[in-house]
Formats: sequence, structure tokens, C-alpha cells
Amino acid sequence: MTDYVFRVGGEGGEGVISTGELLTLTLARAGFEIYTFRTYPAEIKGGHANYQVRASNALLLSQGAAVDVLVAFNEEAYQKHAQDVRSGGALVYDADSFTPPANGAVIHYGIPMTSLATEKVGVKLTKNIVALGVLSRLFDISFEVFEDLLKERFARKGEAIVQKNLLALRVGADYAVQQPKRDDIRLGRGSRKTKELVLSGNESLGLGAIAAGCRIYAGYPITPATDIMEFLAKELPKIGGYVVQTEDEISAVGVVLGASYAGKKAMTATSGPGYSLMTEMIGLAVVAELPAVIVDVQRVGPSTGMPTKTEQGDLYLAVYGGHGNCPRIVMALTSVEDCFYGIMRAFNLAEQFQMPVIVLSDQYLGHRKATVPVPDPSTVPLVERRKPTTEELRGYQRYRFTPDHISPMSAPGMEGGGYVAEGLEHTEIGYPAASDHENHLRLTQKRYGKFHAVESIANELVRFYGEAHPEIGVIGWGSTEGVIREAVQMAQDQGYSVGALHTKILYPQPLAKLTEFINGTKAVIIPEVNFTGQFATLLRKRFAYDFIQLNKCVGLPFTPKEIFDKIEEAANHVHSRRRDLAPKL
Amino acid sequence: MSTADVEILPQSYKTDEHPIWCPGCGDFGVLSSLYNSLAGLKINPKDLVVVSGIGCSGRTPGFIKSYGFHSVHGRVLPVALGVKLANPSLHVIGVGGDGDGFAIGGGHIPHAARRNPGFTYLVMDNSTYGLTKGQYSPTSPVGFQAGSTPYGNIEQPINPLAMLIAYGATFVGQGYSGKPRELSDLITKAMEHKGFAFVNVISPCITFYNTYKMMPARLGELPKDHDVTNRVKAFELALQTDKTYLGVFYQVRQPTFEEGVANIIKSAQASSPPRLEEIFAEFD
Repeated sequence: MTDYVFRVGGEGGEGVISTGELLTLTLARAGFEIYTFRTYPAEIKGGHANYQVRASNALLLSQGAAVDVLVAFNEEAYQKHAQDVRSGGALVYDADSFTPPANGAVIHYGIPMTSLATEKVGVKLTKNIVALGVLSRLFDISFEVFEDLLKERFARKGEAIVQKNLLALRVGADYAVQQPKRDDIRLGRGSRKTKELVLSGNESLGLGAIAAGCRIYAGYPITPATDIMEFLAKELPKIGGYVVQTEDEISAVGVVLGASYAGKKAMTATSGPGYSLMTEMIGLAVVAELPAVIVDVQRVGPSTGMPTKTEQGDLYLAVYGGHGNCPRIVMALTSVEDCFYGIMRAFNLAEQFQMPVIVLSDQYLGHRKATVPVPDPSTVPLVERRKPTTEELRGYQRYRFTPDHISPMSAPGMEGGGYVAEGLEHTEIGYPAASDHENHLRLTQKRYGKFHAVESIANELVRFYGEAHPEIGVIGWGSTEGVIREAVQMAQDQGYSVGALHTKILYPQPLAKLTEFINGTKAVIIPEVNFTGQFATLLRKRFAYDFIQLNKCVGLPFTPKEIFDKIEEAANHVHSRRRDLAPKL
Repeated sequence: MSTADVEILPQSYKTDEHPIWCPGCGDFGVLSSLYNSLAGLKINPKDLVVVSGIGCSGRTPGFIKSYGFHSVHGRVLPVALGVKLANPSLHVIGVGGDGDGFAIGGGHIPHAARRNPGFTYLVMDNSTYGLTKGQYSPTSPVGFQAGSTPYGNIEQPINPLAMLIAYGATFVGQGYSGKPRELSDLITKAMEHKGFAFVNVISPCITFYNTYKMMPARLGELPKDHDVTNRVKAFELALQTDKTYLGVFYQVRQPTFEEGVANIIKSAQASSPPRLEEIFAEFD
């Protein structure tokens, strides 16, 4: 089966990312499933950048392991990545830049990319397009799809630029034709015939927000969340909405709360440092019972940390950040496709329960691209906040006690609906009650009372992979879903009794489903891309169970093998027996 | 923006929530001037949103029969911007104090001024933190002695009017709670202004920094022939701190934030059909 990993590496700002993106789009249009992985330097120019794309005919769950084709624009890229290239894989390098030492296991194709671009095309900057032409010929990736894509991509810059790029592609291809083919990597056309979109997690999230009815976005630029703002800044006005870039993240969440109060669906997206600034206002949204969606595309912290690297380190902050008894819903997005539906659910939960919903994504998910089926928003029916009836507007009480703890919410403009959205503890009518001790307890109970219904929804949004009642369980959250799923499959293939539970709502937790899953296991592993095991810690509060933590804290996502190894280790430790595999026919 | 069809009396904006302010507090004067302006402008309570921060001034929304938002310390302007952006047809008033507005919330002021959203920002300036018992504030004079400055304040006070004129606010005025009729006229002008209207109100704290006695000698009238569109002249007058001038210092008409937003939406919709499927098509 076709399943190849390409990695492009070079100096930041010299076209590494655009090479990767063009390769990705071409492979997707040629009918492959794709899954990209980006790491890039914190500098705008300079520093090492690389872009990886995996292409397959099967559903892809992870970025892959060994590299089949490494494209190295400079020696640094070669030195950083050469050891990841599998035996029998290929190295395509700029022969004008460096000469790698001979290596019998990897097939080398030295291409004078810089001089081809300079002498044959006349534009040095086109060396990355030359490289794409080389890849097209060497590995049988549709030349026509590349051509069409370049025409589209550069159309706005004029015909001359289009022609230069097409020439660069041909120059690369013509040079490659003269190279004797020494590897066995051939892609051809992929097997997928249906149309799919190529989206990053952040783009998918932006589309989902639009589908959910979000019409106001406020935010402050921060890596790796900024592209959500830029995406919506372009798209929202087309449907009557608007993006305001505020002076800081405090202001961003302030605008969101003001807009939500006035009756619009609004959101903000940020990363750890910005989210830290927002926590006071999140408490305000809780006590004033305002719907709000706040996205945290996590990066490595604390403080400025590693802005372009990934981590699942903000869970404690999302769950507990802020003072007082402060119930909010915390969700995590699991895949590029889930970014679309997940953010729709986040808006629904915010509207239904009139509380802030914190949505955790991360750099790994937000910035990788994948092929996804064209989203169908009708699968997540929209929920709107409960509005007061005419009857309820007579003697209106904004925070009236109700059996489900949700009070009808008016909006400015409604006759009789006037009230003060109050950050002070308040009565049912919304008057300050800063000295009424019993009232504070009743209102706190009201706000936490909503959690019963949220927990039921959390139980519905749990996904299972592998065995339903395994001896070795894996509990995951967020962007590790695909990697865990692939690891579980690897372990099952080797006869282990293993299964995974992946939860989308992290607070309140889906206790019923977790209990059912944990009962009967001999060991449960909780893999997290953080140092202390934040979700494991939350679960220990609810379960007297000796969870096994698997933590990775280097700014990079798990590979399936890392999780597989832990499954194997745990299985050996608790003497979980491997099933005899049926002999392969 | 809609107004009520029937006549509304100032007292009809009163709620049955009793102000927590000390008897004699300047904020009572501000509130009654505000009631008068609202009645004079026939503002329909259902279309009015009063946004506040924290401090004595922060309680104001509870005393006005309308929609209100008592937010957190220093964040009046972002919340008010969100309300106005969500529904430009609403009348929006932000109220705060000198601590709320110029200390903890000071970072929002230049941005509110340059965005020019169509709402009024009323600062009840008493040059002290009344609710936490009288510490020095950003507008307290040098030498001000209080709990946190037992040896006297060594920091220069800021000049709210000069600051707002410098930041490009399109309406800058000053009132005094001891002159409620003039104050009401000023608030009315501010609410009629298209764009961001800043009104600094000297509103003495009767308990911790009672300036009522020294105010009459300090008060001055702006020159009769003052051209409110002359920014340099307005700035000069704002810098004359030996006198406390009352009235409109500066007023110009510039495009408002919501006008800009409406224009962008109009042009975006003209060039592209508003359908999710069309947006999907950009990613295949």
C-alpha cells in the first residue's frame, strides 16, 4: 500500500514551508490522504525550518515515523534529519549547497537546485519550485497537478510570474529525468475519488465557528493561534460579521463578553500567555452567566516558553484558572476534522449552559494540514440560548432559579428584559448581594448545577478504539487521538489486549464512561504531552486508581511507537498475556 | 437609534436599588444629571446599556432602569466596545472612576480613542480610591497623604483631558458634579456626538478627599470664542491646570468604528457570496 513520508528541511524563509504546502496540496489533489507536521523556528528569517507530509491511500492517524524522502536545501537540514531516513529511502539535496558523505542505505540524488534556478530560470528564489519538479519526476507525482496548482497560486501575481514558476518546475523535472532511478518510491495517483478539503486545524476551527453562527471575533496576535484571527478577518465580513484586533487579550475577552451580552455569538482564540491574562474575565463570564467561546491553541510554557512548539500544558489553567468557585466547560479538539465539529459543539454548549467554554487545541493540531471530507454542519444542530417568554419578561429575573439551573437570558432591545450582568454575587433578579451568605451558596449551587447535564453530554462525546474491555487501557485527550489510535492498532496487531478511551470534554469529566472503561483493566496508561500529567492528576481526584503516566515534554508530539512501547511495557509488567495470533496466510 | 415615543421623566430611570454611596457623594450629582440627559434625549430604557467597571462609580448601572453590565476592574471600554459592535443601534454609556479608567484600565483608553466607537465614556474623577478607603489615585496631587502614601505622594498626576485630546478622542469635555445642570448639558452633547465621547466629571469624595470647598475658586469658563475643532487650542486649555475649565474642549466628526465595520461588511458582501460552501471551495 502507498504510504510515504516526505520531509523538506532548510533555512527558514527560503521556501521550505511553501515547498511543503505545494507538495501537500498536489498530493491531496492527486487522490491521497495527507497528514502534515510542521516545525519552524521562532525567527521570521533564518533558523531551521522543516515541513513533513505523509501521503497514503488509507486514513492517516499520525505524522508517521521513518522518512521515505528527505529534501535537504542545506547541510543543516541533512544533519538534523538524515538519521530519520529509512533504509532504502531517498535523499534529494541541493548539490550547490553541500555534499553529503556516501551512505549505502539511502539513495542520494544530488541536484544543483540553486544553479538551475539561477541559470536556467533566472530567479534564485525559484529553487524550491525546481525541487518540486525534481520530486514530480523522481517519484511519479502528477506533473499536471503541480502545474495547475502553480497557475492558481501565482495567478494574482501576473502571467510573467506564473511562467517563471512553470519553467522552474520543468527545469527540475527535465534534470531529474536524466537521473537513473535507483529507489522504488512511486506514488502515481491515489485511490480516493471523492472531493476532500485540505485544511489546517486552525482553518477547520475557523470554518466551524462560522457554521456555528459566530459573528464576532476579538483577538490579539499570538503564535500559534493568529491564523484563526486572520482566517476569520477575511471570512466573517462576507457573512455580516467582524474581527476586531484588540490592544491585548484582556480586551479581546472583554469584547467577546460585551458582544455575547448584547446577543451575538462571539469568540476569541489565543495561546497560553494570552489565556493567562484572560482568566479574570472568564470568572466574570461564569458569575454573570454569559456564553463565550475561548480557544487556547497551546504552545510550550510557562511564560514565553517555546512559542512555535507544541504542548498540552494548559489543562490545569483551563480547568482551575481564576479565583473562587468557578465552573466552566473545558473541551479539547482531537483532529483537524474534529476542529470543525468540536468548535460547533463548543458554541452549542456555551449557548445552552450560558457559561464560558474553553477549547484546547495545540500547535501540533492547529498548524498541521490534513485531507478531510467536506464538513456537513447539519450533523451538529445549532443550539441557541434560552430566551425569556413574554410572560417571563413581566417582572423579569435574569438569574431565576429553574429546575435545570438555566435562566432565560434577555438581550438589550427586549422590552422588559433590562437587568445588570453582574460580577458581584447577586440575587435572582441581578441585584448585588455581596453580604448575603446564604444567597451566595444558592447561586454557587445554581452555577455548578448545570454540570449534571454537561456531564451527560461529555459521556456521549467519548470515543473508543481497540477493545471495549481491554486488559491494558489508554486514556487520552486532545491532539494525541490519532497517534494513540495508531499505537493501539499496532499493539492489537501484536496480540495485546488493548483499547483506548478518548474524551472530548475534560471538565466536567465523563465519569460514567471512564468508570466503565477503567473497571476490568489491569493497567491504564495516560499519555500526555506535558511534564506532570495534568489529566492524570484530574482523574486521580475522581478515581482511586494507579494510572501509569506517559509524559513527553520536549515540544514535540508523540509518535505511535512511543505509545506502543509503553503499552508493551505495561502489558509485560502486569503479565497481560498476548493472544496467539492467527498464522498469516 | 430609537427613542421612546412618549415623554419620559428623569425619575422613570430610577430603580428600586438604593445607591451605596456616602451621603453627599459627588456621584449622586452625576447620576441625577445623567437621568436628566436621558429624559431630555428620550432614550428608551430598553435600548440603553450602561457598562461599568469597579469602584464607587461601578455601581451606577444598578441605579439606572435599563440594561447594564457591571464588569471587572478597568475593563469598561472593551466590554462597551463589544456591546456596540454587536448591536450598533444601542445607546451605550461607559462609566468608571479615575482609578478604574486611568490606572488599571489606562491601557484601553488610547485604543478606544483611535477606534472612535459611538459611545460615551463618563469618568467620575474624585482623585482617590474611595471604595478601598482613600489611597492616592492617578489624578491625586503631589503630596497627597493617605494609607499607601503616609509620607505624601511623589508621583505627578495625569491630565485626563490633555491625554484624551492627545490620543485623538473626537469629543473631550469636563463637568462638575456641583453644577448638575451644566453637567447634564455636557452629557447630552456627549451622547449626541457621533463617535467616542469622553467626559471627565470632577465628582468629589465626601469621605476621603472632599474638594467641594476648594472647587468654586478653581472653576473657570472656557473662552466664549473657543473653537472646539481646534485641537492645539483645546490641548493648551487642557494644560492650564491652575483652573478647572468646564465644558466641551474638543469635538470633531470623524468616521466611527461602527461606520467602518459597516463599510467593510458591505464591500466584502458585494464581492463574495455569503455562503459556507463558497468558503469551503477555497480549500479544495
